[in-house]
Amino acid sequence: MRLRQKRGYHMDSDFVARVKGDPQFQELTSKRSRFAWILSGAMLAIYFGFIFVIAFAPKALGVPLGTGVTTVGIPVGLFIIVSAFVLTGIYVRRANTEFDAIAQQIIERAK
Amino acid sequence: MSTLRNALAAAAGFAIVAGATAAEAAGAIEGGGRQPLNIPAIVMFFIFVGATLGITYWAAKRTRSAADFYAAGGGITGFQNGLAIAGDYMSAASFLGISGLVFASGFDGLIYSVGWLVGWPIILFLIAERLRNLGKYTFADVVSFRLEQTPVRSLAAVGTLSVVAFYLIAQMVGAGKLIELLFGLPYLYAVVLVGALMIIYVAFGGMVATTWVQIIKAGLLLGGATFMALMVLAAFGFSPEKMFAAAVDIHPKKDSIMAPGNLVTDPISAVSLGLALMFGTAGLPHILMRFFTVADAKAARKSVFYATGFIGYFYILTFIIGFGAITLLMNDPSYFKAAAGGAYNKITDLLGGTNMAAVHLANAVGGSLFLGFISAVAFATILAVVAGLTLAGASAVSHDLYASVIAKGRVSEDREVRISKISALAIGIVAIVLGYIFENQNVAFMVGLAFAVAASCNFPVLLMSVFWKGTTTRGVVVGGFLGLISAVTMVVLSPAVWVKTFGFKAALFPYDNPALFSMAIAFAGIWLVSRLDASAKAHQEQAAFEPQFIRSETGIGAAGALAH
Repeated sequence: MRLRQKRGYHMDSDFVARVKGDPQFQELTSKRSRFAWILSGAMLAIYFGFIFVIAFAPKALGVPLGTGVTTVGIPVGLFIIVSAFVLTGIYVRRANTEFDAIAQQIIERAK
Repeated sequence: MSTLRNALAAAAGFAIVAGATAAEAAGAIEGGGRQPLNIPAIVMFFIFVGATLGITYWAAKRTRSAADFYAAGGGITGFQNGLAIAGDYMSAASFLGISGLVFASGFDGLIYSVGWLVGWPIILFLIAERLRNLGKYTFADVVSFRLEQTPVRSLAAVGTLSVVAFYLIAQMVGAGKLIELLFGLPYLYAVVLVGALMIIYVAFGGMVATTWVQIIKAGLLLGGATFMALMVLAAFGFSPEKMFAAAVDIHPKKDSIMAPGNLVTDPISAVSLGLALMFGTAGLPHILMRFFTVADAKAARKSVFYATGFIGYFYILTFIIGFGAITLLMNDPSYFKAAAGGAYNKITDLLGGTNMAAVHLANAVGGSLFLGFISAVAFATILAVVAGLTLAGASAVSHDLYASVIAKGRVSEDREVRISKISALAIGIVAIVLGYIFENQNVAFMVGLAFAVAASCNFPVLLMSVFWKGTTTRGVVVGGFLGLISAVTMVVLSPAVWVKTFGFKAALFPYDNPALFSMAIAFAGIWLVSRLDASAKAHQEQAAFEPQFIRSETGIGAAGALAH
């Protein structure tokens, strides 16, 4: 038995139409995908911004901060590491509360 | 000076292809030779092995169903899974390799750490919860959700097994060399020991044992690295500025270690490397499998959050450890192979190669007992990573190839699990044999190959089947194989393999990282072939996108937590 395939098709068309027509389902998917793509865009911009600076203007990261030997590159690198963590935190916080609550309502209604 | 430059260029070549990997460690270790038996290290390693075998025994008793075997019954919490993911990701090599890279070139080490980390948020935003909602045991479950089982699972199994094979060869060879150096055990013994232990963990303890081995190892590695970083910072009164100042003073490259060097030269290489690091992670089968071990999408998201935190923290530690090694080792001749007059090169003459920087630093900050501890942790790390790979490979054979392609779904759970255990045994034996065959080969490019295939075959088919309604079976199969073949071909023809490994004069493909090109080929292939596919089946598959979309977005009908 093709279990997986069966489960995939198992939702009858009524059920699919009901969920699909639920305005909250539209709201959930559009809100969440916009949020996810914005955050992905932010991460990609931060990272590839860093990569392009390294490729085109590596000296910019070698400028010392103040009078010491610590360069701009050190806090920039640290910032990218921290930003990856913070961005995941922002997503998880909203997804696990707001988005999951909407999804739960949709599931209840569609039963 | 020219030898120094060559050594650095070679190090950069390894790093670009392989990132910091066990294989890279292997490359640098070769000159080191075998050490005398390291008794504290061996004792601590046996304690680790004893504990993990105990866990395997406990896990074996709890592993009854297929869900237990493949996915730990979905009973792993988000925090535990985050640690296990971090454990899968922090290989011995990313510990030794990145700290070695920082030791040799300073800031450049950070470029790699950052590249490895930023794939994680992308996995979270786009893949993690959808994977959990649609799949059960392997990522092929997700790709074949609305597509034809046989061809799609065959493709996914080939993609999985290629990644596992390339990765395993690199890990086995790296493990053999590393253990030879750290423990004084002969290469073959080391390879057989690693192979035998990984077979035992996987065949008897399945995902439960594999997960706990990862968690324990992650804890030990994070603890050990934290101690080293604290000792280094304490030596400078917890002032990074003082540490950097001392490093610039001691390091032969002076203040250039505080800025990007020559690791990344042109924008195309830089972007291609970035893509391979980011999206390769999102296509590694042993990592993707981890999302099926948690109860639901909520826990899947939390896993990535914790994993990103642990991995980011770990990379900050390796950066400090690298600088600590510069400041505490470079002026101490006892860590170097000195010439007759006592002169030595502060980078290339480090005993065992630059990848041993963290190991020597362990001795410098914590004495021989702590050196033994870090050596044992390095060994444990390799064991945990190969166990994860073996489980992913065995699952692809039993769940995708055997149950769906060969038996067409007519197979009992017991039999499927038994096939998986036999596959784990077979994969382990093959890995030992390959590890032995490749002992004296340069296998640094193998991990690069694994990442390239993951980014160019597994990741595109996964993303397109989940996000694009138009995707059809033909599109996935053609695009996936094109990505796989182009990635492998371009890596083989690249400077790192064609010139440095095979010894030809000129490379036929100019870049070491093909991801930019092979990923484009895969995505274009999937899109174009799906578009041109006007078969009745294609229409059915496109129509079946709606129910798949609903389940992937809401989790309705997702595989339950405990499927007993």
